[in-house]
Amino acid sequence: MRFSYLEPEFLVERNLERCIRCQVCVRQCAFEAHRYDAASDVVTVDSSRCVGCLRCVTMCPTDALIVRQNPTTFKENANWTGRVIKNIYKQAETGGVLLTGMGNDRPYPIYWDHMVLNASQVTNPSIDPLREPMELKTYLGRKPERLDVSVKDGKISLNTKLAPQLELRMPVVFSALSYGAISFNASKALASAAYEFGTYYNTGEGGLHRDLYRYGERTIVQCASGRFGVHKDYLQAAAAIEIKIGQGAKPGIGGHLPGEKVSREVSRTRMIPEGSDALSPAPHHDIYSIEDLRQLIYALKEATRYEKPVSVKIAAVHNSAAIASGMVRAGADIIALDGIRGGTGAAPTTIRDNVGIPIELAIASVDQRLREEGIRHQASILAAGGFRSSSDVIKAIALGADAVYIGTSALVAMGCHLCQICYTGKCNWGIATQDPYLEKRLNPEIAKERLMNLLRAWEHEIKEMLGGMGINAIESLRGNRLHLRGVGLTDSELEILGILPAGR
Amino acid sequence: MKRVYAKEEVCAGCRLCEIWCVVAHSKTKDIIKAFNEEFPRPLPRVQVEEFGSFSFALQCRHCNEPPCIEACMTGAMHREAPDGPVLHDADKCVGCWMCIMVCPYGAIARDETLKKIASKCDLCYGEEEPACVAHCPNEALVFEDRGE
Amino acid sequence: MINDIYREKEISGCGLSAYMDESGRRTSGDDIIQSIALLHDRSNGLGGGFAAYGIYPEFPDSYAFHLFYDDGASQVTCEELIHASFHIRESGPIATRKAFGIGPSPIIWRYFVDPKEEILERAGLSADDFVVREVMKINKTIEGAFVFSSGKNMGAFKAVGFPEDVGDFYRLDEYRAYMWVAHGRFPTNTPGWWGGAHPFTILDWAIVHNGEISSYGINKRYVEMFGYHCTMMTDTEVMAYLFDLLLRKHGLPIETACAILAPPFWDLIAHMPEEEKNYYTTLRMVYGSAMANGPFAIVLGSRDMMVALNDRVKLRPLVAARKGSIVYVSSEESGIREICPRPDTVWMPRTGEPVIARLQQEAAS
Repeated sequence: MRFSYLEPEFLVERNLERCIRCQVCVRQCAFEAHRYDAASDVVTVDSSRCVGCLRCVTMCPTDALIVRQNPTTFKENANWTGRVIKNIYKQAETGGVLLTGMGNDRPYPIYWDHMVLNASQVTNPSIDPLREPMELKTYLGRKPERLDVSVKDGKISLNTKLAPQLELRMPVVFSALSYGAISFNASKALASAAYEFGTYYNTGEGGLHRDLYRYGERTIVQCASGRFGVHKDYLQAAAAIEIKIGQGAKPGIGGHLPGEKVSREVSRTRMIPEGSDALSPAPHHDIYSIEDLRQLIYALKEATRYEKPVSVKIAAVHNSAAIASGMVRAGADIIALDGIRGGTGAAPTTIRDNVGIPIELAIASVDQRLREEGIRHQASILAAGGFRSSSDVIKAIALGADAVYIGTSALVAMGCHLCQICYTGKCNWGIATQDPYLEKRLNPEIAKERLMNLLRAWEHEIKEMLGGMGINAIESLRGNRLHLRGVGLTDSELEILGILPAGR
Repeated sequence: MKRVYAKEEVCAGCRLCEIWCVVAHSKTKDIIKAFNEEFPRPLPRVQVEEFGSFSFALQCRHCNEPPCIEACMTGAMHREAPDGPVLHDADKCVGCWMCIMVCPYGAIARDETLKKIASKCDLCYGEEEPACVAHCPNEALVFEDRGE
Repeated sequence: MINDIYREKEISGCGLSAYMDESGRRTSGDDIIQSIALLHDRSNGLGGGFAAYGIYPEFPDSYAFHLFYDDGASQVTCEELIHASFHIRESGPIATRKAFGIGPSPIIWRYFVDPKEEILERAGLSADDFVVREVMKINKTIEGAFVFSSGKNMGAFKAVGFPEDVGDFYRLDEYRAYMWVAHGRFPTNTPGWWGGAHPFTILDWAIVHNGEISSYGINKRYVEMFGYHCTMMTDTEVMAYLFDLLLRKHGLPIETACAILAPPFWDLIAHMPEEEKNYYTTLRMVYGSAMANGPFAIVLGSRDMMVALNDRVKLRPLVAARKGSIVYVSSEESGIREICPRPDTVWMPRTGEPVIARLQQEAAS
């Protein structure tokens, strides 16, 4: 359509007294919103091109720029909000599915913000993490119900041999971020940070770039419905394999990488033609029922000689508890649950914003169901979907998760400003792009340092909170819901979460 | 001696190095005044070279045997210390631009406004760290001794 | 049965004292009462209790059930269940005397029972598992009835009051046992329930506990996976179930069970030789939910063993001593010296290092 009815979403304002016409903003905006007029020696801006990524604001050496939501409003209407009206305009103009990036931004309740933690006082001393050991080490994988131990001549020896485990320095893992959706520099930063820190990262559907094989022992590789990049060496290089059935950002549909982002390297790694849209099928076409999943799990275990744990990732949906139970019995060593706040590089907006359930409720119900069936020890729960801080992480552990996947937090640590235009491939921060000019902006060394700083900071905060509860090992908080209380929750929400209301 | 080295794989082509070089060599050292009020505006002594998506910041290499010192007829190009940077004395300079012609890196810029004086990197002599290195947002410039 | 799932968690500040004669020689309750009386200030009079082993030589192989009944109606209902599943060898009230500081009591009854063979066969359970199941059933479903002891040739005696008064009330000077365990409580919420005092028992296990288990929430959910029901919202209850699970059902040695409850730190494990490192790492990986975090000093009694254990950072006092064949433990050395003025050795057990006394043989009388 020649004429759009859409007003700019953002307004870019320049303080002319502070602008020095250095043109950094002109050079740095991939959407070419700023322009230098040499004749008049001014920098002007076309706000309709602005996506709100704040690159120019951050780079401006004199802080001369402000970007804000366009204050222009429609007539007040609680039902027909500006957002829904504009979405209809967009669809009327293009006939297309609305696409977006990152996670659900709608105001569904955030249960983390309705749960508070305990602290020990008087009857039980709190523990000081700076002076006493405070243990966060976590093992993910299948555990036996009991151990076979024999005693001979007063010496105790262990007969049971355990299934393969992943050893984590703390219960936080980098979530699945596919190479293709993110740049090579971003992947490298995640891989090297996980490797150096002592946790893991997940390749997502993008396959594993050959230059990242050296971080293999700290890599979880994904086997998704498109089977991108899945071959023998890929499986052998990894520490664990994850079968991706679904993800929280788009339950029920497959991954989506627009052709613009399928560069030569991406095409080599994913084993698909350059420039073609990488659309993963909605289901795995060899998994149409739970027994088919069992078949794939064991095929992968056979292919890797039972030396690596196999994880199965599902989006958190209504029947998560029953599905998880089936997955455990099908042989999954780790259940990865991705809630409605989970992020993505590209997803249809309607699906991202309307399908799936909050991870808090999913963790609680899956953990409870597995315990009721007496099989909780057979698989570890790895929860994903919008963990924003160390307090979210610790609450997830208290609800029953073994560890937590962070995706958006990791990207934000690297510089993401959540402008949600990842699917265009024009990420000004060098994260969600394959354009070499833009990719350079993400220095993998700096990004690695930022990621490790985030993990260190959260590690310390978790230790402080644990110590405050009078606990010196994370195992004693895992599933210990008595240390949580609900604030402002309904009776059924309290019941599903399995926590008491604050005051009781 | 310590020199500035560029890491082109992480140069974002933003040219903030050029801007802060100007500020460091301005009279006021205030970025807004340096650009909006000072005349003539000092030249940056570092230049970002770009070719397609490839870019890096280039400044004087402070060669061990600098051709510019040999070519300078007034002795404006000189070294204070044998392992120190090559410095330019603006008072002695007559604007013959022989240094510009002989520099193998093209690292010296002509000052078109005053026509007389060339502008050249002095490694921010006297400061702890050159301004370009300190202000690069992506750590694409490092100040280190590589024993060369 | 205890209803009200929102009942506040009982917290145990307190004092404990226990001893076992490894030769099996039995003594009266006088000494243990004297010992726990010295620790008077550690309690606040809201709960006291004892466990004694070897006290029923006339019914050595029957389960001795001790029950509290709120009223006659609960007793009738409960006895129906007991009759249905067990042969009752003898039934009668537990003898008591009026004692200072002990208020109105519930009905306190004792039965010596054996499970009915045909019921056992139909249930497909061992006698012990069956008894656990039935005791859980009574405590969970029959209102006004509570089984507070269910072992063979042993019994728990508890009430609201200072422990020395409780001992007087139950006439413990008239019993003879080779192991005595005593405890006085300092609870921090509303008192009034006799069943809340320590020791907590299941089958032959009796536990007294000084401390607060911060990991209670997960320990509880863990044992519930194996069919135990935590009805009393006390940390002590879950510790007893953990020991029953690890020792009886999983058949682990006592040292392993103690290493599960109070494991060494990862920093220490990292420096151990390979086999030991693997052992402790595997224990922590598999039994992480059984780790007891938070300060505790516990004494576990069982037919042939007395075990005392501290938490990983020794946040509660525990002193041990030995004289000849008798092993003593107490919250304070004075509690031991009160009844044994010149022990052969006295020591403070290290964190996670259990004190274990084992029965060599049972005496004839």
